[in-house]
Amino acid sequence: MNAGTRSGGLQTAERFQRAVWKAPLLGLLATLCVLRASTSLGEPILVGSKKFTESYVLAEIAKRAMEEAGIPVEHRQGMGGTIILWEALRTDQIGFYPEYTGTIGEEILKAPPSTSTAEMRAKLERSGVGMTSDLGFNNTYALVMQRAVAEKSHIQKISDLRNHPELRFGLTHEFLDRRDGWRPLADKYQLPTQNVSGIDHGLGYAALRNGSIDVKDAYSTDAKIGENDLVVLQDDLQFFPQYRAVFLYRLTLPPKAIAVLRSLVGTLDENQMIRLNAEAERTKNYALAADLYFQNGASRQQPRAGETLTHKLIRWTSRHLELAGISLLLSIIVGIPLGIAASRGGALGQVILGVTSAVQTIPSLALLALLVPVPFFGISPRTAIAALFLYGLLPIVRNTATGLQDIAQPVRESAIALGLEPAARLWKIYLPIASRSILGGIKTSAVINIGTATLAALIGAGGLGEPILSGLNLNDHATILQGAIPAAVLALLVQWSFDLLDRILIPKGLRL
Amino acid sequence: MSALVQLRGVSKTYGSAAALHPTDLAFERGKTTVLIGPSGCGKSTLLRLIIGLLEPDAGTIQFDGAPITPAHTAELRRRVGYVIQDGGLFPHLTARKNVLLMSTHLKRPVAEMDQRLAELCALTRFPETALDRYPLELSGGQRQRISLMRALALSPELLLLDEPLGALDPLVRAALQKDLKEIFARLKQTAILVTHDLAEAAYLGDEIVLMTEGRVAQIGTLEDLRAKPASAFVTEFINAQRALVLT
Ligand SMILES: Nc1ncnc2c1ncn2[C@@H]1O[C@H](COP(=O)(O)OP(=O)(O)O)[C@@H](O)[C@H]1O
Ligand SMILES: [Mg+2]
Repeated sequence: MNAGTRSGGLQTAERFQRAVWKAPLLGLLATLCVLRASTSLGEPILVGSKKFTESYVLAEIAKRAMEEAGIPVEHRQGMGGTIILWEALRTDQIGFYPEYTGTIGEEILKAPPSTSTAEMRAKLERSGVGMTSDLGFNNTYALVMQRAVAEKSHIQKISDLRNHPELRFGLTHEFLDRRDGWRPLADKYQLPTQNVSGIDHGLGYAALRNGSIDVKDAYSTDAKIGENDLVVLQDDLQFFPQYRAVFLYRLTLPPKAIAVLRSLVGTLDENQMIRLNAEAERTKNYALAADLYFQNGASRQQPRAGETLTHKLIRWTSRHLELAGISLLLSIIVGIPLGIAASRGGALGQVILGVTSAVQTIPSLALLALLVPVPFFGISPRTAIAALFLYGLLPIVRNTATGLQDIAQPVRESAIALGLEPAARLWKIYLPIASRSILGGIKTSAVINIGTATLAALIGAGGLGEPILSGLNLNDHATILQGAIPAAVLALLVQWSFDLLDRILIPKGLRL
Repeated sequence: MSALVQLRGVSKTYGSAAALHPTDLAFERGKTTVLIGPSGCGKSTLLRLIIGLLEPDAGTIQFDGAPITPAHTAELRRRVGYVIQDGGLFPHLTARKNVLLMSTHLKRPVAEMDQRLAELCALTRFPETALDRYPLELSGGQRQRISLMRALALSPELLLLDEPLGALDPLVRAALQKDLKEIFARLKQTAILVTHDLAEAAYLGDEIVLMTEGRVAQIGTLEDLRAKPASAFVTEFINAQRALVLT
């Protein structure tokens, strides 16, 4: 009999199984160290922007202006909305970002519309935040017309519409419904309301062009206004709220940096901004749009060598994998012990399953907004990893718990009756028997993570969400696909590699 | 010499239902005692109490002169082998690893383990060529032989068998009954075996403990039970079994 050599072989296989579990742990530790090192290098000032064209362009302009003054700046593009940017600014994780006075009043300070600029400044100062003066343009709702039609009827102001009941209005449904939209506007200006219909925003521009409508609503600096050579009617009764563009900045920024931001005040009017937005959407490149701003002045910088698509894909994909991978490992390390505890049932088990389920229901933007103000997290990849980790817990915890609970009573009692200690029972008997279920949970968690890791782009932490978000914003399908295709491929690869891992990690006796 | 296992006033209740009323029992060394009785009469409960899967509500159980306490159940379990009806084999381990699990865990020398495995294969008539199969690749009879080998691996002083042959077809069952009898005799094994088959009890047992509703009805050989039944139940039980064999 050659039991010795056989069991020797089996021991090697077991050692290999253990190594497979251990190797990623080391990788995780190493990556965490690297992450810490790279994020603690906080040298350049961080500028944030929201996920729409104009915000990207303004941030890019400020970045260029700073760099020309010798101040290094890093741009965190397209973060997820006002709350994330404000929390990041308030807690000193970004240096500045472009914002609108209307948003500052309503969303950030929740102040009444009558609040003066000076009062706003005073309130912001309490959070250590300064506000530049108006950059020169107002991005609010506006009514637009084709230039030829407007000129023929001598219409320049909204009040001029009063005398032209023959004009047909094609308005977005949102504008028709808003409390500060069409109805009060028509009341205030006493506009004729018989020729009003609702129409989709994108289709509305085509309808204007072919003359099936004459007037439509728009944002006053919408790139489409420039592209279609439309005129913006003057809001002569000042009905629309003011959304004047400003920069919000940390008061602790170096005076030189604040001076640069102030130098941008009053340098952009609506027409100029429309032109820059149109340039950004035409070239799909915010830096080029920013170049256009500087062209009027003196120094047009030599065009920087753009990153090749391959390089960008590699950067996005590797960051994506890093985010999904580290968070998955954390979910495994924490999820399996929690699953073991939950498998014993009782109040603790209920609490564990309840809390991990509840976490799943928090929308990702809300979870990020909760984490961003926390000092250790901020707008670093750590926040994205923490969010992904939390989302990844439930499948692992639940599958571990049910896998263990499903073990047959005779098997359980045999393990006890043999005299194995509790730890040995768990490692040698229970966990291997539950391995299929546990791995199933890990696989679910991994695939979900690959999909959800796109949320990292909401806090400027990179990954394949970056092209997806900016493509969505530019309505540019090619850019969306640059993120969506690799993400789909990654999800497939993950699926396949886990199927392979099943064969290595699930004991053969359970696969018969 | 004193009994290997001694129960004094041992009782066990689930909720309000008594599975075992206060019971005194002694199991002699080197003997095979068979527990028999209608299903639900407390046979399995008795075995589980002895191996510490259950704790008695009252009374004491002594093993080899020392009372069983939770503190040394782990040590006790290594001196006791336990075989159950469906084997309770670990599905992820081969037959070999099932048998040697505890020896490996206790870091016994490889040569010693190999030798023990060969002995056990011979003893239980298990083909060595099938040792690297997984439980799912074995027949029911083979699984019970492996379960028996696993229980015997550390040469236990006491072997507990809870309906070990209950799920086997008659031919396999008869073969295993014969093998078990030989094994017990050769090893001078102290064994407690649960069955609900009177013929099996008579064939394997030096002594039969007939139980009903959580109490011992009578102790003795089949002849004793037949000739001097302690109660109407004993007669009824024996007649029922005989009728079963005849029809
Ligand atoms: N875990 C349990 N919970 C509640 N009642 C039980 C449990 N295990 C056994 N019983 C009850 O205890 C009595 C004795 O069971 P047992 O010892 O398994 O009988 P058997 O003689 O058939 O092996 C039965 O009435 C059974 O229903
Ligand atoms: Mg039973």
